[in-house]
Amino acid sequence: MNISKDLVAASAAPLVLAILSEGESYGYAIRKRVAELSGGELEWTDGMLYPVLHRLERNGYVEARWDSSKAGRRRKYYRLTGLGSAELESQQRQWRLVDSTLRGVWFTSLDWARQGV
Amino acid sequence: MAKTANEMLEQRIGEWRAYLRRRQAIHAGDVDELEDHLRDQISALGDAGLADDEAFLVAVKRLGDLDSLSREFAREYSERLWKQLVVSPVSEKSASKAGTEAIVAVGLAIAAALAIKLPELFGISLQGAAADGAFYARNFSLFVLPLLAGYFAWKRTLGPVKRYWLAVPFVAAAVIVNILPFETGGHTEVLAALHLPIALWLAVGYAYVGGRRRDHDRRMNFIRFSGEWFIYYALIALGGGVLMGFTMFIFQAINLDAESFVESWVLPCGVVGAVLISAWLVEAKQSVIENMAPVLTRLFTPLFTAVLLVFLMTMIWTGSGINVEREVLIGFDLLLVLVLGLLLYSISARDPQAPAGVFDALQLVLVMCALLVDVLALWAIAARISEFGFSPNKVAALGENIVLLVNLGWSAALYARFLTGRGSFASLERWQTGYLPVYAVWAWIVVALFPVVFGYA
Repeated sequence: MNISKDLVAASAAPLVLAILSEGESYGYAIRKRVAELSGGELEWTDGMLYPVLHRLERNGYVEARWDSSKAGRRRKYYRLTGLGSAELESQQRQWRLVDSTLRGVWFTSLDWARQGV
Repeated sequence: MAKTANEMLEQRIGEWRAYLRRRQAIHAGDVDELEDHLRDQISALGDAGLADDEAFLVAVKRLGDLDSLSREFAREYSERLWKQLVVSPVSEKSASKAGTEAIVAVGLAIAAALAIKLPELFGISLQGAAADGAFYARNFSLFVLPLLAGYFAWKRTLGPVKRYWLAVPFVAAAVIVNILPFETGGHTEVLAALHLPIALWLAVGYAYVGGRRRDHDRRMNFIRFSGEWFIYYALIALGGGVLMGFTMFIFQAINLDAESFVESWVLPCGVVGAVLISAWLVEAKQSVIENMAPVLTRLFTPLFTAVLLVFLMTMIWTGSGINVEREVLIGFDLLLVLVLGLLLYSISARDPQAPAGVFDALQLVLVMCALLVDVLALWAIAARISEFGFSPNKVAALGENIVLLVNLGWSAALYARFLTGRGSFASLERWQTGYLPVYAVWAWIVVALFPVVFGYA
């Protein structure tokens, strides 16, 4: 399914925060988790993940540290901060509101459609 | 076989890295992070059965278009588009080197500040009723330029023989200005005080070029350095003025007079210390930040050309000659210096291979106008020079005028040949770099011979 650019951009931050709430992770693994969760439907350009991660880091929602991977490469790991958890909760509330609003209006109109209005 | 394929992959990743690294908004750490991603992706695709080169291509494609990626980074880090100076060295290895250099430069600046206060211990005060202003005026450049020369001798690791040669002009200058029986406040003393910095600045140039006197590229670098140094010095001086103003203002607010402290410590120490600090800043930033002097040149060459053209036309229109006052020669000397500066810094920034353009023609017009104006002035003065007599000031001003006139005249000829396609731009460049010793010789003549010839008057 083709998801609009705006929606991808808007959902990127809460999605990354949610994935990091499962535990510390790094760029490629986060990208893989997104593919897994969306069943490969949510298409990101891989590179765009990094500016998002850096913005979250700058806002203090995630912390980063350099470590080495199993192959011995330098790798940057990200972890959710307390501020990040709060932000995630706030984001969840916002998305739920949007979601329930949309559902409300869609189901009402569906009912009307069924009643032949 | 497998090894060569692996090497191929490494090479391609290296190229990709280098390509990414050229983006200003993407820093080395970000490239590392993206490379880690790329390698994970490649190995995952390899596990899925793709060959290395295919995997590389797919992985790069999935990372996305580099232009939009670097745009995203630029949006995230807008400050990265502004190149930062000194404080942020590119790598850790150069960081320690830059650190040593900063320590040396600041150390030398402090040494210069102490040097200018040193004579006070021997009762030669800089201000107050018993001040010996003439001593400080004559020796001013000797407090700071030897240290600057030393800085470059250290930076360019000058050999011992060259170090001795470097010391010669400074020792000679110290002897000349302090042994010769100058008449206090006389013309020759003032002239010596004004010309010694020029003479010694070119001695600093000897250290700057690493003792390789005949290397024209290095000479050109010294010209570039001088222009940038001047701009930095002016900026630091502005900042220093603000600092001193506030110091006096806030102490006045609690009824303390800081003026004498500012005048006897902050000002002299700042004036000499800033010489070294600006030199260090120019050295540190030369590859980081765009040179400023050529930018100013571009801005002011058309404006000065316009002013001179209008001036010439007004002269023709109104038929008024140049009013020969005593200071008029010095004024026209300064005009030539200015035009020479504009010429020099547009040459220093120009690609010698580039074909002649509109700006080159404009430059030629500027030089021609300046020459014409100067010749008119000289003509007016020559008629009345016997009336003034040959005072040291007149001879110095006249000599300078001739030195500059020769330079600009030949520059104009070379420029004209370049514009008409009969000469190369490089010959113009070589003429300018080759002319540098002439300034030094003239400055030394004024410093060393004028007092003798004119009886120290």
